[in-house]
Amino acid sequence: MSDETTTGLSHRKLLMWVFLGSDCMFFASLIGTYLIYKGSGVLHPGPADVFDIPTTSVSTFVLLMSSMSMVFAYAYLVRDDIKAFRIWMFSTMIMGSTFLGFQVFEFSEFYFHDDLSPQTNLFGTTFYALTGTHGLHVTIGVIWLGIIFYSSLFRNTVTSKTNLDLDLAALYWHFVDIVWIVIFAVVYLFGTFTGFPSS
Amino acid sequence: MTTIPFKLPFNIKLYRPVSPTGVWGWLTTVDHKKIGVLYGVTAFIMFLTGGIEAMLIRTQLIAPELKIIAPEVYNQLFTMHATTMIFLAIMPLSAAFFNFIIPLQIGARDVAFPRLNAFSYWAFLAGALIMKSSWFLGGSPNAGWFGYAPITSATFNPGNGIDFWIIGLQVLGVASLAASFNFIVTIINMRAPGMTMMRLPLFTWMTFITAILLILAFPVITVALIELMLDRTFDFNFFNTKAGANPILWQHLFWIFGHPEVYILILPAMGIVSEVLPTFSRKPIFGYPAMVLAASFIAFMGWLVWSHHMFTTGLGPIANSVFTLTTMLIAVPTGVKMFNWLGTMWGGDIDFKTPTLFCVGFMSMFLIGGISGVMHSFSASDYQQQDTYFIVAHIHYVLFGGSIFGIFAGIYYWFPKITGRMYDEKLGKLNFWIMFIGQNLTFFPMHWVGMQGMPRRIFTYDSGMGWAFWNGFETIAAYAIAFGVLIFVINMIKSWNGGKKAGDDPWDGRTLEWSIPSPPPVYNFRDIPIVKSLDDFWRTKQNSSNSDTKVKSKTKVTDIHLPQPSYWPLLVAVGLTIAGFGIIYNLLFTGIGIGIMLITVCAWSFEPVNEPDSH
Repeated sequence: MSDETTTGLSHRKLLMWVFLGSDCMFFASLIGTYLIYKGSGVLHPGPADVFDIPTTSVSTFVLLMSSMSMVFAYAYLVRDDIKAFRIWMFSTMIMGSTFLGFQVFEFSEFYFHDDLSPQTNLFGTTFYALTGTHGLHVTIGVIWLGIIFYSSLFRNTVTSKTNLDLDLAALYWHFVDIVWIVIFAVVYLFGTFTGFPSS
Repeated sequence: MTTIPFKLPFNIKLYRPVSPTGVWGWLTTVDHKKIGVLYGVTAFIMFLTGGIEAMLIRTQLIAPELKIIAPEVYNQLFTMHATTMIFLAIMPLSAAFFNFIIPLQIGARDVAFPRLNAFSYWAFLAGALIMKSSWFLGGSPNAGWFGYAPITSATFNPGNGIDFWIIGLQVLGVASLAASFNFIVTIINMRAPGMTMMRLPLFTWMTFITAILLILAFPVITVALIELMLDRTFDFNFFNTKAGANPILWQHLFWIFGHPEVYILILPAMGIVSEVLPTFSRKPIFGYPAMVLAASFIAFMGWLVWSHHMFTTGLGPIANSVFTLTTMLIAVPTGVKMFNWLGTMWGGDIDFKTPTLFCVGFMSMFLIGGISGVMHSFSASDYQQQDTYFIVAHIHYVLFGGSIFGIFAGIYYWFPKITGRMYDEKLGKLNFWIMFIGQNLTFFPMHWVGMQGMPRRIFTYDSGMGWAFWNGFETIAAYAIAFGVLIFVINMIKSWNGGKKAGDDPWDGRTLEWSIPSPPPVYNFRDIPIVKSLDDFWRTKQNSSNSDTKVKSKTKVTDIHLPQPSYWPLLVAVGLTIAGFGIIYNLLFTGIGIGIMLITVCAWSFEPVNEPDSH
């Protein structure tokens, strides 16, 4: 087996892109479901009753910053600056975990405080399914980064030569971030938007 | 059996098999040819079970007011018949060809991800077993192959049948997605030097387009099935009308998947026909770029027509008109293909071997199915045809007369390459004529009873309706199809064991798979070929005298390093099966299954692809 490919791209990188294309349709279907049912629920609470935009804005900001940190981690790995790579890698994981912490806090707040469970109404069903799926993607991402971090720390196997391993994880990470931008806009911002004030 | 060790984190040592033989060799194989054979044989057995279900359905309908089969069992039979034929027979039979033929056609030694490829097969087998086991575990799904909500909800359908359907389809979806990722990467990235995209054989092109359709369509059905599963298992409200849910959502999600799916079923067969016809007409394919463009256009338009399955749900005149127009439009590229096949045969030196006959059968049957398809594209008249036997006639003309005929053409065409032996031509022709006549006598009268208003999916009918004669006729003709398939099975078994030796290139073929021995050696190509034009192999044969076509190879066989066998794909699929059954019976097993999958995927990712001393 030669390592040369027709396009020069590695098989794994191409696979990642194809997978992300497929995953787009996955999220598109869930977001579509949410939008179709938006406003057609017959029971409270609805989006405007439960969302706390400032809190979610903070967690959104943290997740977006984690993407930047990921870029730094990759840039330092390519230059073989392993120490800086580990620092940025660690910060990416921490920010990802922070986002997940916010989501757990938010879910428990909705569940215990606002009486919104997936079984309560259409909003609960579609909201938890969509954001839960996204949360699952972030969790998988954090575990993935964790494995790479572990390999770097204890086995010293992550170097600029193996940067593709990190490149793939980074692609996935940025994709999950982009999906969150859509979810934050469509679910949270549109959900609480009550129209422009009349002049 | 010899094994060699490899290391995991935490100093865990595992062993991998080296050149296992016998059953063990099949279980751990990552060779695309062996996987192709596994796919083909398994899918054909599934095709036979689906056929038995069809025969039971037809037997119940042979005369009015029969009670051979109870209504509930009848519902399960038609649901399983369609699900089996679509997901367990036609798709994996096409996948069998993808596996066996694609690497050979593009001049590669294997697919891009050999272990992922093995996993696709084992996951397909797992899905098939989950789906079929429902017959023995308290009843099969009974809501039709498109499982409209809310008939599938726990309220109206309390048994386990629908759960088997959901989990079976999910697992099959995983298998198809993994296979499609693999083939897209393989076709883009593993082509032999000089094999540009516009020099790809048309079967490879159709596979490529099918795989793209598949990776975009399957996530949609996956989401729909997850929603249904959450509804049934955890009381979510996706299709709960009491909470304000809209059952049309299911139909939209299903058909956004479902319409690209019909092209997933037919495009591989079109690809096979586009290989067989030029070979047996001794002419290059007519209008190669037009064929590629037409297929691409079909793939694109396939996304814009889904609502023609839903004309009667009341989408309103504007939506119905738009979908009428897009549906009529999609017939145009199909027509282009049809004319190009005719153009290929026109003036050719046509050799009517069995594969040619099946291709001509494909074209004529698919034409009839296509014409009735254009008839229901017109939303106003579709109100009359919706849910009648007219639709049943249409779908069987395109899927049986179309896809299955194409696949049979492919089986006969590549049988010498796959087994190294020739099939029996006389039995092959007999098989074709019986199936061809049987298919027309079975399905053509369905147009008439459909037009007379016979609804599909009824377990019996009143003797006063005037449908009795044609139903009896159809059933007898259906038995003829079964007889035709029996002849096929006899031909295959007989020829595989004792057929005469085929030689490398029995058809004077055009594409690269005919340039290597039959059956191909494990490494496929001793030297990776260099491609200079479309149909390069054929042109090479034309331009050189017979003696010097074989150039002495300089590559030593021992220098070719192939991916090594692995247990992990099989074990991951075992975990997937346990997790699947867990959702139906007890979530504890889902946890165990997911645990097994995590461990095995981890071991898989640390296992080196080749032997450590190979580079």
